[in-house]
Amino acid sequence: MTATSSPVAPVATRLAEHTIEIVSDSGEGAQKCGQIFGAVSAKMGNGVWTVEIIPAEIQPPPRIPEGASGYRIRLGAGTVTNWGDATNLALAFNEQVLVARHRLGALAPDAVLLIEDKWATHEDADIRTAWAEAMAELATRPYRIIPVPMETECLTLVDNARKGKNMFALGILACIYGRDMERIKEQIAHAFRKKSEAVYEQNVALLELGRNWAEEHIDFRIEVTPAPMTEPLVVMNGNEALGLGAIAAGMELCAMYPITPATSVSHYLSEVFERFGGIVHQAEDEIAAAGVAIGSSYAGKVAFTVTSGPGLALKTEFLGLAIMTEIPLVLIDVQRGGPSTGLPTKVEQSDLLAALYASPGDAPHVVVAPATIEECFHIMVTARRIAEAFRTVVMVLSDANLATGVTPFPRPKGDVRWQADPIDLAPVPEGQKAYQWDAETGLSRRIVPGQPGGAYTVTGLSHDEGSKVAYSSGVHQRSSAMRSRKLAVLQSLLAPPTVYGDAEGDLLLIGWGSTKGAIEEAVDRARAEGIRVSSVHLRFLSPLEPGLKAIFSKFARVCTVEINYSDEPGDPYITEENRRIGQLAWVLRATTLVDIDCWTRVPGEPLRPGSILDAIRERTPRGGAA
Amino acid sequence: MTATCGLLPVLEPAEHEAHYEITDYEGARARWCPGCGDHSILASVQKLLSAEQLTPEQTVFVSGIGCSSRFPHYLRTYGFHGIHGRALPVATGIKLTRPDLQVFVVMGDGDCTSIGAAHWVHALRYNVNLTVLLLDNGIYALTKKQTSPTTPQGFVSNTSPEGGVLPSLNPLSVALGVTNASFVAQTAEWSPAHLYATLRAAYHHRGLSFVRILQRCPIYSTAVYQAAVQDPARIALLVHDDGVVVPEIEKIYKSQVAHDPHDLAAARRIADATDHIHLGVLYRDPSRLRYDEIRRVPPRTAEERLTLIDAELDRYAV
Repeated sequence: MTATSSPVAPVATRLAEHTIEIVSDSGEGAQKCGQIFGAVSAKMGNGVWTVEIIPAEIQPPPRIPEGASGYRIRLGAGTVTNWGDATNLALAFNEQVLVARHRLGALAPDAVLLIEDKWATHEDADIRTAWAEAMAELATRPYRIIPVPMETECLTLVDNARKGKNMFALGILACIYGRDMERIKEQIAHAFRKKSEAVYEQNVALLELGRNWAEEHIDFRIEVTPAPMTEPLVVMNGNEALGLGAIAAGMELCAMYPITPATSVSHYLSEVFERFGGIVHQAEDEIAAAGVAIGSSYAGKVAFTVTSGPGLALKTEFLGLAIMTEIPLVLIDVQRGGPSTGLPTKVEQSDLLAALYASPGDAPHVVVAPATIEECFHIMVTARRIAEAFRTVVMVLSDANLATGVTPFPRPKGDVRWQADPIDLAPVPEGQKAYQWDAETGLSRRIVPGQPGGAYTVTGLSHDEGSKVAYSSGVHQRSSAMRSRKLAVLQSLLAPPTVYGDAEGDLLLIGWGSTKGAIEEAVDRARAEGIRVSSVHLRFLSPLEPGLKAIFSKFARVCTVEINYSDEPGDPYITEENRRIGQLAWVLRATTLVDIDCWTRVPGEPLRPGSILDAIRERTPRGGAA
Repeated sequence: MTATCGLLPVLEPAEHEAHYEITDYEGARARWCPGCGDHSILASVQKLLSAEQLTPEQTVFVSGIGCSSRFPHYLRTYGFHGIHGRALPVATGIKLTRPDLQVFVVMGDGDCTSIGAAHWVHALRYNVNLTVLLLDNGIYALTKKQTSPTTPQGFVSNTSPEGGVLPSLNPLSVALGVTNASFVAQTAEWSPAHLYATLRAAYHHRGLSFVRILQRCPIYSTAVYQAAVQDPARIALLVHDDGVVVPEIEKIYKSQVAHDPHDLAAARRIADATDHIHLGVLYRDPSRLRYDEIRRVPPRTAEERLTLIDAELDRYAV
C-alpha cells in the first residue's frame, strides 16, 4: 500500500489509546523526536508512558538490526501506567531497524509502518537487496506499510538530511495525532537551548515540512482525546524524580561513579543541585562513592549514592560498615540486567537478593522499591527519614524501566518537614553513650562530630554502647539484636499492603518495583474476563510489609511476577527441589511458609500486560466468576 | 578557634577558658606491642593537638584497618575506624560536609599503598584540606607478616618465604607524581623532634598534606629500618626555611641537603635517590587547587529550598 493524496483532511479515528514508536540508527535523532512527542502529549493532557529503545553501543554501524535506537510512546486518553503490549504505529528511518522491531514482536499485527523509502532505489545493489528482503519479511504480517520520501523531502530544505530528518518525522506524527504545534516548538526550543537560533529555525522549518507533507499524503488521523485535568501535573522520568526527591528531602551530597542506567540521576543533579545547596561528587570508583557519602553522613547529614548492580556489589563492604556503625545512608540502585555487565541498558529486577543480603555478616538494613515514577520522587523523602530515624542504610531499588520512562503525575506539594533538620551540635548530655540503645527498640540518638562531650570513635569492630571495641560474645549478641530489632520496629509502623481487586479469589499476584502498572492492567483485563485474580504490590522489601500471610490465606494460589530469572518447571534437570525461583518468591516463601509460585521473565524489556494476562489464565480456572 | 560552616550552629569554644593538656587527648590505653613505633607517633600527635589547642570535639581522626588504624581509639577526639584501605574517601566526605572540622587520616602501608591505592592517588589530586599520615612499617603486621608494597625486595615474609620478588613501591615518588599533590614529606618515628616538626608543618599546610612516617615494627619487620636507626649517616635531612628545621637533631644527622620545597623536579630526584633516606618536606605548594574550596556551595535554608523546588517543578509542569 502507498500513501494517497488526500486534498480533504480525513476524519480522525477516536481511540482510547495508541502506541507509537520511532526508530532509527543511533545518532539520527529518533529519541529526541520521541521525547518531544511524549512531552508535548503529556502537556496536552494525555496519559503517556515512554520507553527508550537503546542499542548497546554509542554509534553502532548503520543499518543493522542490533543498532535500532528509538523511543516508544504509549499514548492514552486516561492515565497510562506501563508501556503496554505492542506498537500500533512505527516510523522508521531504515528497514533494518524496523525489521529488528518486527522480529522482537514489538509491533502489533495490524500496525501501521511508516518507512523512509530512499533505500528501495539506493545506488548500492546490496542495500536494494536488503530492502527487498526486509519488505518480504514484513509482508508476512498484515501490517500497513507506508513508504515516506523523508530524505527527498528534507533535501528540499537542507543539505544534510541526517540532521533534521527527525524533525520531519515529528511533523508527520504531529499531523497524524493532531499535536499542538506551538507546544512542539516550545519543546524544540528547550531541546536546542544550547544551540543557535538558526538551528532552532531550521528544525522548525523541517517540522512544518513534515506536517505539511503528511497533511497531503497521509489518509488517516488518530485522535486520543485527553481526559480533563483535575489537578496540576508534572512530567519527568524516574531518574529525574529520584534526583528531585533527594532535593526535596533536603539531602546535600550525592556521591557517585558513572554507571548505566543510574548515571542520569547525577546528570540531572549536576545541572541543578548547587542551586539547592548540594553537590554531586564524582568519585574515583564505586567504593569511594560509598565512602564519601558515609563520611558526609557521619559528619551530620544523610548523604546518598547512586549506582546499578555492579556498583552495588562493589559497595557492599562499606554498606556493612554503615550498618555496623549505624550511620544513616541512602543508596539508590537503578537495576539493570545482570550478572556482570549483563544488559546494561535494559530493565531487570534481579538485584533484590543482593540488595537484601549484600553485606557479609548479619547486616540488617532497609530496602524499598518505588513502583511508579511518582513514587521515585516521594520515596527519597521516606528513605532519608528512615535512614536518619533508624540510623541505618536504606536502599532504594529502582530500575531501567522507571529510570528512563516518562509519565505525568500529580505535582508534589513540597513540605519543609520533608527536609532534614540542621545539624544539632548541642553538647551531648552527660553520660550519653555513642549507641544509647533503647532496650525495646534498639533505637538510639546519633551523635555527630563537633558535639562537645561526645568524642567517640566509631568502629566497624564489634562494639558496646559506648562504641568500645568488645570481644565478648555477650556484647556481640546484644548489639546484633539491637541492630536487628530496628527492622521489626519499622515494620510495626507500616500498614499492610492494599489488595488490588477483591480480598479473596483464585489467584493473587505479588509484584514489586516498576511492574505495578503492567500487573494491575493485566489484573483488570483478567477480571473483565471473569477471572478471580487480585494483586499486591510491595514497596518495602526489608522489612516486609506486615500482614502478608493473612492476605495470602484468602487466595487459592499466590504467585510473584518479577523481571528476574527463574528455572522453568519441566526443563531438563529442573525438579521441585532444585528449581531456582524468583527472588521475591524466595523471600516470601522463607518468611511466610506459603507455597508461593512465581512467573518471571528476563526479556531485557519491561513486562507486557498481555504476557502477564496469559500467565494469569494459565493459573486460574477458566470463566471463574462462579 | 573560630569555625564557620554556613548555617551550622557551630559552637565557638569559650575564649581560652579551657586549656587542653596533652593528657586531654588521651583515649583508650594503646594496645600496640611494646617497642612499636606507633606509640611514638601517637605521643607526637597528642603533643601537636595540645600545642595547636585543637578542640577535641572539633577534631576527627579517620583510619582504615591495620595496626596503625587503631590510632583513633587511643585519642580523645572524634574518631572513625573504618574499613581497610578506605579512610580517604570517608575523610573526604567529612571534610566536604563539615569544613569546620579538623580532619586527620591515619593509614598503614597496606592500607594506603595497596588496597587503598586508588583513593590515595585521587585524594592527592583532590587536595582536600586533610592531614594524612602513612605509618609505614613495610609489612602487614595485624595479619601476621605478609609482604606489603613497601616491603623491601628480598625480605622474607609468610607470603614470600623466599624473599619478596619485586622492588618495593616508593610512596614518595608516587605521591610526587600525582597531579595537583600539594604537600609531601617524610619523617621517622625514631626521631621524635623531626616527627613533631614535620607533623606541625603538615598540619599548617592548607590542602592535603601527605606525610610518610617510617615506623618500626618490633615483631615482624625490625630489619627494615634497623640500619637507618643504628647508623645516622644513612639519613640526610632536607633543610630549608620553608621546610622543617630541627636544630636539635643536626648534631646526630650530619648529612644535610638544602632543598627548596617549591622545587618539584628536585623533590622528585630526592624521592628517587637511593644514597640516603631523606627526612623533611620534599614538596609544598599551598597555591594548588583545593577541591573542598572549589566545590563549596552557598547553603540553603529549608524554606529557600522549598521555594526553589517549586520553581524547578514549574519546568516539568504539564
